[in-house]
This record gives sequence, structure tokens and C-alpha cells, in this order.
Amino acid sequence: MSYNAALTDLIIKMADDELIQGHRNSEWTGLGPVMEEDIAFSSMAQDKIGHAWALYRILHENLEGKDPDKFAFHRPEKDFKCSHLVEMPNEEYGFSLMRHFLFDHAEAIRYESLVDSSFEPFRMLSKKVKGELKYHTLHANAWIMQLSQAGEESYQRMQEVLNNTMALAAGIFEASPEYENILVTEKVYPGEAALYQRWLDRIYPILVKASLNLPDIKTITPAYGGRQGIHTPYLQPLLKEMGEVFNLDTEASW
Amino acid sequence: MYGGGYIFDEPNRKQLREEEQHDEPEKLAAFEERIAKGEKIEPGDWMPAEYRRQLIRLIEQHAHSEIIGALPEGTWITRAPGFKRKLALIAKVQDEIGHGQLLYNAAETLGKSREAMINDLLSGKSKYSNVFNYPAETWADVAVIGFLIDAAAIVNQVANAKGSYGPYCRALERICYEESFHLKQGHDVFIELATGTPAQREMLQDALNRWWQPIMHFFGPPDKVSSHSEKLMQWKVKMASNDDMRNQFLDTYVPKIWDLGLTLPDPALRKNEATGRWEYTDPDWDEFFRVINGGGPCNAERLQVRKWAEEHGRWVRKALMRPAERKTFPVA
Repeated sequence: MSYNAALTDLIIKMADDELIQGHRNSEWTGLGPVMEEDIAFSSMAQDKIGHAWALYRILHENLEGKDPDKFAFHRPEKDFKCSHLVEMPNEEYGFSLMRHFLFDHAEAIRYESLVDSSFEPFRMLSKKVKGELKYHTLHANAWIMQLSQAGEESYQRMQEVLNNTMALAAGIFEASPEYENILVTEKVYPGEAALYQRWLDRIYPILVKASLNLPDIKTITPAYGGRQGIHTPYLQPLLKEMGEVFNLDTEASW
Repeated sequence: MYGGGYIFDEPNRKQLREEEQHDEPEKLAAFEERIAKGEKIEPGDWMPAEYRRQLIRLIEQHAHSEIIGALPEGTWITRAPGFKRKLALIAKVQDEIGHGQLLYNAAETLGKSREAMINDLLSGKSKYSNVFNYPAETWADVAVIGFLIDAAAIVNQVANAKGSYGPYCRALERICYEESFHLKQGHDVFIELATGTPAQREMLQDALNRWWQPIMHFFGPPDKVSSHSEKLMQWKVKMASNDDMRNQFLDTYVPKIWDLGLTLPDPALRKNEATGRWEYTDPDWDEFFRVINGGGPCNAERLQVRKWAEEHGRWVRKALMRPAERKTFPVA
């Protein structure tokens, strides 16, 4: 498998995760439990979508990828490589918050690992993104801590949602052995298994502090498939909605 | 955005008049003198009960308009075509929610809590700008709202920023600054569609046709029938008449629309060069009052969405109110 194909695969996975997670965050606009959270989720939505845009541009400029708008807004579902975690509908705030916590720590760890990547555009991007993610994880940690310690109802909700979300979150780290080896050898990034371990080490102490029990990771079945283009039923309607205007005329300027 | 020019009347003004009578004449005279001199009234200062009540009503309606106003545009965030538009629209709607937050804070300085204001919104007791009770049907509606409704709101807010109540004026100054960016964003989408493909132009023209009446309604009924007292003008709660603001808006924006070869659905619309005033067909004012009283196409839907947010967010707010058992963290 060629280096370029492997790199393209990794960039698409990262960018699609960011785009869909950003899209889900943006769906909270006007609906948050308090106005301040509305604003926070809108803000993070902009950052995530901005990261996706930057990654699609890297693809476009360095790896013969398509125009970012067309690539994001006009691509068949099977060609998306996002994880199942980000595809899930927002449902209650508790789920959205837990997803934000688990996803953003995973993202932070990924970008930290890219600071000394052999691929220069990753090094450049990670510098900028890391600074933003610091605030995203700070926000997630503060809310997880607050809601886990503010009485029985809220604690129960957080524990239950953690139990239900761990398998989905573990799916972020679905390996792509045919692509990954070359990227690890070329020191582009450390590979999914290494990132998964670092992520567990990062979230564990925070959850302990919040008195939440991390489900036994040996017993969970990670939600894999997204990286191979196999998706939940929630992705297709999201993509249809996202492309609704753009696809009226993909050649027009909007 | 979005403070509508019109302050809706409360259904019952009886109680008001009684309280008015209890204001002490010497204090009232000193208060009015301060306002006449251009001084700002601050939260701890003495103020007539009627002034307080009118301001709460004004600022609260403005705040509600911001958060309800986020909804019609918000439905297009997930459908915005392309990265640039998607990011700009999220940022814009986020600003509007932020304006709501600023305005609720300003109203709270007068003694009504955010919770009480939201409750009055949900119960229908407290109103918001009528314009948000109409649906945003296509992407071109985002252009019309962002360009023309924000422009109309700016006319109103720039006037109100010169009012007498300090906290409201300061909030408005910041809001107007952000609104001017929104106007640019709306204008940019508007121009893109106006100079785009025939289908894009058609979409824009259709949106203009549908929004014209709500825009004409935006500043409220004509001065000859508007019930607002001279007192509100004297106290600098209301800073310009409905007709003056409407005229100012038409004067600036109608030529811009016509220049793009677009039309407006009123054959009588023209500027009388002799008087400097715009002439137009009176919009249907019965419709205006029907919509205020809940009869618009989207009143129920808008409140339904806010109710969903209130109900589903209750456990979170409850958790925030509860003193943390071990440790408190600053949230957000």
C-alpha cells in the first residue's frame, strides 16, 4: 500500500470525524439547557468544522484531493470514514456532553501526537488545533465534574450515558492495518492502538475524580465499521441535509 | 439582530397606573431633569415604577427576540452550502444567543430574573418580534433575514442605544457592533444569489416577496394609530417613532435592492422627493395583530422548540443550582 494512499485514508478519517461531530454540535444552537451552553457548543462546532476544512485543504493541496466543499458536501455515504460515535443523534444533553468529553480527549491526544509528525502539514495544523482543544477539554472536564457531583439524578444520568457511550467512543480507534503500518514506520503518527492506550490513560483519572466508573474495556465491543465506510442509519439523513442546498447546483457559487 | 421596533402592549395596564400614582413628585422631577440633561440612569438609581416596568418589557422582548430569532436561521445551519457559509452562519446565530444573554442580564438589573422572563415567554405573556413567526423556507431566506431584517434591527437598536438606561445602552453598543458584521454576512449571501444563476435569483426574489410584509410590519403600526405615549419618548425609553424608523430603513435599503434588478411586491412604493418620505401601500395591520396574538404561521412551533429546550435542560439547570457536594468548578 502506498504512502500517499495511507496518508489520504488517515486524513479523511480525521476530517470526517471533525465535520460530523461539528455538525452535531451545531445542532444545539438554540436548544441548549442554558444559553451559555448553546454558545459553547456553537463555538466548538465552528472549531471542529474549521479543523475538517483545514484537513480537506491539506488533502486538496498535497494529495490531489478534490475541492473541499465538493468533497464534504457532495460525497456518497459509503466514501465517508467517520466513526459511529459522531454519527449518533444528539438526543439528550447528557449524551452530547459525554460524547464531547470522550471525543475531544481522543482528538487532543491525536493532535498532540502530530506535533512531531514527519508530515509537515500535520505539524503546522496541530500547533493551531492543540490550543483550541485545550479549551474544549477544559469545558468538557468542568461539566462532567459538575454534573457528576450535583445530586443523584444528574450522577445517574452521567454514569448511564458513560456506560452506553464507551463502545462507540472506542470505535474511534478502529485500526486500518493495511494503511497504518506504513504511517507508523514513516513516523507520520503512532498508530491507533497507541493512541487508544494514551486516551484511556488520560480519561481514567478524570472519571475517577468525578466518581464515575469506567466500564471494563475488556468487556465492551467497540463500534467498528465507520472507517471502512459501513455506517449507522443516522449518517445518510445527516449528509442529505448537509448537502441539500449545495447539491441544488454543485457548479454554482453559493 | 433583532429588537423589533415595536414594544407590544401588555394586556392589562390597570395596575400600572396605580403604581404610577405612588411616585413621589420631587423625585420624579429630579429624575426627568437628569434624563433631559442626557444623563444615564443606573440600576441603583431611583426611577418611576412605570419607567422600570416599560424598560423590563422592552428589554425582555428584545432578549426573547434574539433567542427566538435564532431559530428560523438556525434551521439552515445544518444545510448551509459550503464551509464558508456554514461557519459564518453558526457564528452569526451564536452571536444572537449571546445578545439574548446580554439583554437578559440587562433586564435582570431591573429586578426580573431570567427564569421569570423565560417563563413569561413560554406562557405567551411576554412577546417577541413578530417577524420570527414566519418560516424560513429556503436558503434565500437566510440572505433576506441576514441582510434586511438585521438592517432593520440596526436602525432600531442604534436609536435605542442613545436611550436613558445605562445597562441597556451599553449592551446595545456591543450588539450594534456585532450586528454590523451580520449585515455584511447577510449582504454577501444576498449579492451572491442576486448575481448567481437564474435559479438562485428566482429563489431570492421569491424570498423577498414573502418577507416584504413582515419587514414592513417590523417597526410597528403607523404613528397615527400607535398607542405609545409621549412619556416614553420623554423618558428616552422609545427613541424614534415607528414611521421615522421605517422611513429611514426604506431610504437606505430599497435603492440597494432595486439596483440589483430585484423587485418589491408593492407597486405604490416610491420616494416622494418633495417630502423626502417614502410612500407605500399600508401592509395588512390586522395580520400584524393576529400574529402577535399567536395566529402566525410559526408561533406554536417556535414556542414548542423553546419548551423542548426548557424541559430537556431542566435537570442540567437543577444540577447547576445545587451546591456541589465536594468541589465547585467554574463552568464555561
